[in-house]
Amino acid sequence: MNMKQVDAAVVQRELCKLITDCLITPDKAVTKALTQINTDSEVERTAAALIVENNIIAERQRLYCCQDTGQALFFVKLGDEVICKGLNEAINNAVKDAYKNARKSVADPLTRKNTNDNTPAIIEYTLTDGDTLEITFLAKGAGSENMSRLYMLIPADGEKGIVNAVVDAVEKGGKNACPPLIIGVGIGGVTETACSLSKRALLRPIGQNSERADVAELEKEILKKVNALGIGVAALGGKLTALAVNIETAPTHIGMLPVAVNLQCHSLRHGSVKF
Amino acid sequence: MNIVNAKKLRLPADNAHIKDLSAGEIVLLSGTLYTARDQAHKRLAAAINDGKELPFPLGGAAIYYCGPTPAAEGQIIGSCGPTTSARMDAYTPLLLAGGLKVMIGKGVRSDAVTQAIKEHGAVYFSAIGGAAALYQSTVRKCELIAYPDLGCEAVYKLTVEDFPAVVTIV
Repeated sequence: MNMKQVDAAVVQRELCKLITDCLITPDKAVTKALTQINTDSEVERTAAALIVENNIIAERQRLYCCQDTGQALFFVKLGDEVICKGLNEAINNAVKDAYKNARKSVADPLTRKNTNDNTPAIIEYTLTDGDTLEITFLAKGAGSENMSRLYMLIPADGEKGIVNAVVDAVEKGGKNACPPLIIGVGIGGVTETACSLSKRALLRPIGQNSERADVAELEKEILKKVNALGIGVAALGGKLTALAVNIETAPTHIGMLPVAVNLQCHSLRHGSVKF
Repeated sequence: MNIVNAKKLRLPADNAHIKDLSAGEIVLLSGTLYTARDQAHKRLAAAINDGKELPFPLGGAAIYYCGPTPAAEGQIIGSCGPTTSARMDAYTPLLLAGGLKVMIGKGVRSDAVTQAIKEHGAVYFSAIGGAAALYQSTVRKCELIAYPDLGCEAVYKLTVEDFPAVVTIV
């Protein structure tokens, strides 16, 4: 079989561009939702207008929309007919290049010594069929990541337990996570499956519910409950605490019901490139 | 942005003006702020405990929980929004006892910090998390004054004009 060759130098260059653009311009669906906010609170309306203005200034002046340019996460779908020699190094080099002008936010967990180039990148590989290499970037800041949680529920907890877990995570951490939030929920698998799914769930377009009818119902129910908490834009009190609840599932053990909740701030910075 | 009915406050603020603030008010801050986040707080607290001189006078000071991105060419400072205040809670009562009057960050504070803010007649403002480019546009001067080895966690003395924030604990 003929394998498709992808040049790692091209990957590095394209990723560097993608990272920089993402760090400047957050997901446009967030800005649009904030522009259309419907609230009785003057403070919430002002906060939403300030975030919209921020995103306009960032784009116009090529400034990073948030000073926490995050840890660099990558979700790589590698087709089994693709060869890209040095891919891992190319991704890390793209991070080094792109973060030269951004904030270096990565440090040793014990000594707190900074790595000074924002590496290592955090990379998840998935092997797929075909001849496409697709790389998705997500910048994750500490403010929202710190407020994420894992609940090891049991089967008896059921859907009610899942709803309560997500609402609990937002109640406990939502105010610190820069609302309005995008809430990623991973249900099933083992611990790391649930956590990975909760992160991947953030990548789904805002406003698009799960294709599974029962999961879509859960998403709607949780979103309603979360927005009734009163946290609001910038946690100053109000109606718009979350823009979306996205749930991804995977089969789990007969004795388990892991639920991971990943909170994402309104500075939702992600994008994909295909080779 | 033109914020209707916003109060203005000069920093450093005197006690009478702080007493005049009430929670929920939108305020435009102008004057001097010192940036400090996790590692700078650790060093400031250690200096206080060791009886050493601090890099800036704490009495009446305003601290902004912020670690900016590097300044682009021709700019004073990079993007500079607030970071999560709760991570500084462990150090805050000590700093308040040393005369700190104003804190700006985002998110909730512990009960101990809330109580200490009230006891010392200080104020905690919420800035809008994630509005880092907007806050960049309010900075008129930026001077690195301490801990340069900490990179973005160093202490910068900022002069700001009409920096929007919301009174949260007073």
